[in-house]
Amino acid sequence: MATPILAVEHVQVRYGSVPAIHDLTLHVDQGEIVTVLGANGAGKTTTLRMISGLHRPYSGKVFYEGEEIQGRPAHELVGLGLGHVPEGRRIFGTMTVRENLEMGAFGRRGNFSADFDHVYGLFPVLGERQKQLGGTLSGGEQQMLAIGRALMAKPRLLLLDEPSLGLAPLIIASIFVIIDRIRSEGVTVLLVEQNANQALRIADRGYVLESGEVRHEDSATALLGDDRIRRAYLGGED
Amino acid sequence: MFNYLIQGIFAGLIFSLLALGYTLVYGVLRLINFAHSEVLMTGGFAGYFYLHYTIGQHLVSGNIGETLFYIVTGVLISGVAGTVVAVAIERFAYRPLRRRNAPKLAYLISAIGASYFLLNLAGKEFGRYPTATSQPFDNHVVFTLWGGQISMYDFVILAASIVLLVTIDWIVSRTKMGRAIRAVAQDVETASLMGVNVNRTIAGTFALGGFMGGVAGFFVAINQGVAYDMGFKPALFAFTAAVLGGIGNVRGAMIGGVVLGIVMFTPIYWLGQPWLEEVIAFSVLVLILLFRPTGLLGERLGRSA
Repeated sequence: MATPILAVEHVQVRYGSVPAIHDLTLHVDQGEIVTVLGANGAGKTTTLRMISGLHRPYSGKVFYEGEEIQGRPAHELVGLGLGHVPEGRRIFGTMTVRENLEMGAFGRRGNFSADFDHVYGLFPVLGERQKQLGGTLSGGEQQMLAIGRALMAKPRLLLLDEPSLGLAPLIIASIFVIIDRIRSEGVTVLLVEQNANQALRIADRGYVLESGEVRHEDSATALLGDDRIRRAYLGGED
Repeated sequence: MFNYLIQGIFAGLIFSLLALGYTLVYGVLRLINFAHSEVLMTGGFAGYFYLHYTIGQHLVSGNIGETLFYIVTGVLISGVAGTVVAVAIERFAYRPLRRRNAPKLAYLISAIGASYFLLNLAGKEFGRYPTATSQPFDNHVVFTLWGGQISMYDFVILAASIVLLVTIDWIVSRTKMGRAIRAVAQDVETASLMGVNVNRTIAGTFALGGFMGGVAGFFVAINQGVAYDMGFKPALFAFTAAVLGGIGNVRGAMIGGVVLGIVMFTPIYWLGQPWLEEVIAFSVLVLILLFRPTGLLGERLGRSA
């Protein structure tokens, strides 16, 4: 078996003395979409923040492409190809759409015109609004910009934190289509979602977190079919 | 009256240079660097010693080439001295606190500590009495405009300030470092997710502000001489100017400085009381804080989205 692109081994994360993640072990293989599900406060966002270097783990190890990365600062990890689209999009509101995308390519040198074209190809609306300030975009457009901005760094692994949060159903559907397409272009995806139903439909595998621990782990189809999961995380319908 | 107006404008340009240091640092760290006064002092002493050991007691010939040489080199030396001290303040007074996630109050105390340390170090090493600086040029009146006299010194300040203010505006709005500064000012975490080295950017911000502060010190030194506590008052005025323009806003600091200078000095014409300038400056500060806490231009470097 090839080395996974990402392996988290027995990680504990604390806020002060309060552990937010107890003993987390998970992995993501090259080319997969893996989703992390769970209720509010289960540690999903903390997991992503820990992987991308925004929060230092208290103990445990994180391997990215076989290399130990825990404790390294976020700005270094971006250069290794680890992209993170944070929760709440975090667009630079007083910069234009184009400047936001330029920020995404901050650590790179050279000419990015092909990358701009690529992002505008995925999200034509961003191309139309290049000169508009990021803060004036709608929620859906900001989410597209946040994803596009992360793609400008040419990531090999993309961490997505609640990309569907607060968006209209139609927009959500189109965001998930794009995520699937990004994967088909060779980017591995680790997706944190409350919207478990949608997430599992595009994912290969899923982890269910509960109070900072992995409670279930299975293929996406199995999780979709699991009654307990359905009841707990997918809403009561059918 | 024009004389006072002119005096106000030129004093204001120095406030602008100094105010940039406050506003840039506030932009990225959301805190007022109360040790910035010592950046001005250091720049002043650097300029003083430079001129002392090059010109000394000699009279300068007054030809334009020589004037230009002393000004450009003096500005650079003072600016670099200001940069070094500002970066050192960041490195030793602020960064250790940042690493420990200290509360804002700790930064304030640390700033005051750094300020007193530098102030008294200068007092001990350079004496407690003000000293006049060797004059790098002949300060004659260049021309008279509606009864207002513009001296060589005013002329130099005007030219140097314009060059510096335009440069810093260009750096912040157009360069990669400027983009990093703006990104950190808006959202530190997201900036780091873009690959921005936040610590380096903060140090760069202090360096830029430090350079401007050091240059301001150079101009104060050649006009008024140097003293270990020379930074205190100009720094308070500059802080007022930064708030007046909208703290965190680069262009605001520039405009705020000049406006404050004019507001401070012009009334002396009618009232004839020089001490009034301070009363006016701090009345302005109180009034802004009461009625328009975002300043003339509002905050632009910072977050809003």
